[in-house]
Amino acid sequence: MGGFFKSSVGRKVAMALSAFFLMFFLLQHFAINILSVLNPDLFNEVSHFMGTNPLIQFALQPVLIFGVVFHFIMGFVLEIKNKKARNVAYVKNNGAANSTWMSRNMIYSGVAILAFIVLHFIDFWFPEINTKFIKGDWSGTIEGVEGFRYYEELTHKFVSPIRVGAYVLAFVFLALHLLHGFTSAFQSMGATAGRKKTLQNIGKAYSILIPLGFIFIALYHHFNH
Amino acid sequence: MALDSKVPKGPIQDKWTDYKNHINLVNPANKRHIDIIVVGTGLAGGSAAATLAELGYNVKAFAYQDSPRRAHSIAAQGGINAAKNYQGDGDSTYRLFYDTVKGGDYRSREANVYRLAEVSTNIIDQCVAQGVPFARDYGGLLDNRSFGGVLVSRTFYAKGQTGQQLLLGAYSAMNRQIARGKIEMFNRHEMLDVVKVDGKARGIIARNLITGEIERHSAHAVVVATGGYGNVYFLSTNAMGSNVTAAWKIHKKGAYFANPCYTQIHPTCIPRSGDYQSKLTLMSESLRNDGRIWVPAKLEDAKAIREGKKKPTDLSEDERDYYLERRYPAFGNLVPRDVASRAAKERCDAGFGVNATGEAVYLDFADAIQRYGIEQAKIHNISNPSKEKIYDLGKAIVEAKYGNLFQMYEKIVDQNPYKTPMMIYPAVHYTMGGVWVDYNLMTTVPGLYCIGEANFSDHGANRLGASALMQGLADGYFVLPYTIGDYLADDIRTGKISTDTKEFEEAEKEVKDKIDFFISNKGSKSVDYFHKKLGKVMWDKCGMSRNEKGLKEAIKEIKEIREEFWKDVKVTGHANEMNPELEKAGRVADFLELGELFAKDALVREESAGGHFREEYQTEEGEAKRMKEFQFVSAWEYVGEPSEAKLHKEELVYENIEVKERSYK
Amino acid sequence: MNLTLKIWRQKDSSAKGQMVDYKVTDISEHMSFLEMMDVLNEQLVGSGDDPVAFDHDCREGICGMCSMYINGEAHGPDRGVTTCQLHMRMFKDGDTITIEPFRAAAFPVIKDLVVDRTSFERIQQAGGYISVNTSGNTQDANAIPISKHDADEAMDAATCIGCGACVATCKNSSAMLFVGAKVSQYALLPQGQVEAADRVQNMVAQMDLEGFGNCTNTGACEIECPKGISLDNIARLNRELMKAAVK
Repeated sequence: MGGFFKSSVGRKVAMALSAFFLMFFLLQHFAINILSVLNPDLFNEVSHFMGTNPLIQFALQPVLIFGVVFHFIMGFVLEIKNKKARNVAYVKNNGAANSTWMSRNMIYSGVAILAFIVLHFIDFWFPEINTKFIKGDWSGTIEGVEGFRYYEELTHKFVSPIRVGAYVLAFVFLALHLLHGFTSAFQSMGATAGRKKTLQNIGKAYSILIPLGFIFIALYHHFNH
Repeated sequence: MALDSKVPKGPIQDKWTDYKNHINLVNPANKRHIDIIVVGTGLAGGSAAATLAELGYNVKAFAYQDSPRRAHSIAAQGGINAAKNYQGDGDSTYRLFYDTVKGGDYRSREANVYRLAEVSTNIIDQCVAQGVPFARDYGGLLDNRSFGGVLVSRTFYAKGQTGQQLLLGAYSAMNRQIARGKIEMFNRHEMLDVVKVDGKARGIIARNLITGEIERHSAHAVVVATGGYGNVYFLSTNAMGSNVTAAWKIHKKGAYFANPCYTQIHPTCIPRSGDYQSKLTLMSESLRNDGRIWVPAKLEDAKAIREGKKKPTDLSEDERDYYLERRYPAFGNLVPRDVASRAAKERCDAGFGVNATGEAVYLDFADAIQRYGIEQAKIHNISNPSKEKIYDLGKAIVEAKYGNLFQMYEKIVDQNPYKTPMMIYPAVHYTMGGVWVDYNLMTTVPGLYCIGEANFSDHGANRLGASALMQGLADGYFVLPYTIGDYLADDIRTGKISTDTKEFEEAEKEVKDKIDFFISNKGSKSVDYFHKKLGKVMWDKCGMSRNEKGLKEAIKEIKEIREEFWKDVKVTGHANEMNPELEKAGRVADFLELGELFAKDALVREESAGGHFREEYQTEEGEAKRMKEFQFVSAWEYVGEPSEAKLHKEELVYENIEVKERSYK
Repeated sequence: MNLTLKIWRQKDSSAKGQMVDYKVTDISEHMSFLEMMDVLNEQLVGSGDDPVAFDHDCREGICGMCSMYINGEAHGPDRGVTTCQLHMRMFKDGDTITIEPFRAAAFPVIKDLVVDRTSFERIQQAGGYISVNTSGNTQDANAIPISKHDADEAMDAATCIGCGACVATCKNSSAMLFVGAKVSQYALLPQGQVEAADRVQNMVAQMDLEGFGNCTNTGACEIECPKGISLDNIARLNRELMKAAVK
């Protein structure tokens, strides 16, 4: 089994497994975030649960961090190996003749998403860690706000048009990444994704609707404040 | 030296089994001390190398391409015959033997052909075990089709790529032995001479085609499996690199060359389109199962079509001449290759050709599409189907059967064969002649063997469709590995053969001198110039029909071309690098000698048989006329000039088959 | 038609190569691409220059020897063809055509447009066979019925000609389509089951050792493959390796 994950095929399987996990996480993240538009109170409740439940904080959160980090590092490792596999570049290469832009540029859409995640961590995750693990404040409240603080913090972040712009752009890259990544992950896992129209359609729907939904949330809060 | 075919005594059906029971064997421990060189790794060489290695011999295999998988066996499309009688249509070993001897126009060696038919069934078993994906029916069993010149369905096939799949099977068997270290593979190496020590073949001189280095390789026996010499015509369906060099070099070192004039001109090839043409493309003979061959019945229609004023689809049924169906009602479009080819040439020479060059006939699938369409409509219970519906249903069946061939045709000719008839014309395809071998497949040089298309033995004057693959694999998998043991049993104490001997030195020097000559010659004409010139003489005077005057001229002209070649050939580049021009020069030099022997052989053979058609010897209906006094193999001994080669005759005796006039009417 | 050719010239494997411009005139649209190259070479021999070395043999699209990267695509702009089957009618008078060798670290250039594909050989030697003795008697060919569907699918995988267009095309120089096709052919047949696990593991290990890249499922290989080998074979390779790993 150890040998398996050292092989090129095994590494792609590992990439796909982490991708599945991240895609599931994304769906879950979206489901909670959309509550901020539909029902701010419920959003606060769920956020507090997610932010304080020990199982999620101490078990799932590290797994998530590992998943994200693994996906990125493995992505870079594979990219370096792939670049080395062609030591002399073509003078003329017509990649568009046989493959999509998305499939050829996963590393760039990936890097864009990585940049976004850094921003996102600075915005939300680091303050959360600071509040909970350094200050030891697990109450979910702050002064001057009635009830939980999460909704307030969320809407506050979407005041700046520059940040909203960055978010929108990042989600466009996410969509591009997913448009290839969704079916590619299935293919790496051995599914004949290229032949399965339903799977492809689900993939397209997921890849466009989820990022679009996140964009909607960002714009909604931006224009409603 | 008198020719001894070494055919064992006894009833024909027991010869091979009895023989195997009595020949010498080499014990497994001793096989480890014996080296065998196999030159050429197509179906025959590849299968031989694999089996010899598996038996325990140390094999060194040589191929001029970058992999054994590239050998031209890969281009065989149609299928492989075997007397399995899976279809229960009355096939048997005897019937396959009979068809092959008859198809070869009674010019092959009976015992060899019987053995071929006998082991044919093993080949299929073997290949299936190897994972060759033959076509199957819905019950999961192997499917068969029928092929030209026979009345049973005994041809196994893998789409239109049977040769490819069989070669890849042999290649995979080789790979297994390469991985085990039992075969040492020399890709991109070309054999340039054989080395004889004390009269026995003990090694070869080869050129590394990447570095240009000349190498000596020794062995206890040498097997030459380098295919046919069809490229002597310049244009043929052979691969660009296919050559006679190995066979010709061993001929010059004492191996007799048999029946060079027996050349197969295949009837269904894509016609030539211009002078730049570098090779011809074959369309599988299986197309004749469903296609109907015709030319316009009236000269003015043929002329109008050539000038583009009429289209073939404009001609009504009675304006067409289905000449094969007319001349040969029993076999119709399925007559053997030589008959079909000559009939096409006859029509085109008479002015009925249908493309710009006047050298093409139609192969029409409209009837087949119609027939299959009606059949399918019935199967699918469609009542009163429209014309379009019938066409679509029929087209689907034709597409399933021949789709890849139709696509290939369309890519080359830029016409849609589903809508308009294909154009075809005969082209040089296979050479039945080759190095003379005895029953053991050994040449007249001890320890030197020749297998596959490179030898002469099984197909006589004409080869039946789907028999080349059968012969290549039979020789390589099932015959040579046994018979070679009989010879090598005497070599178990010989020990390693040294390459530091004067014989190797001399052979190497000869090879190097020739290369140096080419590189330093200040000529003005390219190698291709001479090759094309030779090809034209061969096609015009030693082609589908030959006559005394033409052959005499050919001998003279080829000699002149050869003299000019040695004076004026220009080879660019250097000896110690990859140099395709130099490779070609060496090959064309040998073709220029073979061509002359070819013409001489055709001149001496005063009869018509199979692929050899002498205009002076034909029946009143224009069919080939065999002569009783020419019932022999012409085995030529090299004595200097090709045209002065010495003729040795191996009389052909038919004890198990009655020699009759071949009739396909 | 008249054309400008930009061709990669490289004396030998250690030399530094470069693109060189050539002109050819009076090219017929019915010529094959390699016949056009013949015209160029005849011209070069005439002027005493070194002709362009390129691999070719059968010139009917089955041996897998020809291997040119033409105008940025393996085997040129047409689909379902090898370089030798590409015809000049795909080009227009006055065109400039860029011709490069197949590029991959595992396919080093030998000379000009000729590359060394023995990495493919070593992958095949690692397990691209069924371990059955060719000299012995085996059971009757019809002893094991094989479903037509499986046999046909195995045949489709087996039509690979080993030209390397998949590697040349892949942005990662991955050999997965080539290896997938061979693994699939045997995986689909009962004869191949016995040593399926060892086969796929050994072939993939050799593929990695040769320095081919990873498959990122762009699908370019399938489109450029002259024989239309399906991407499904890569999926099957993935499944086979997973199966072997948990075995």
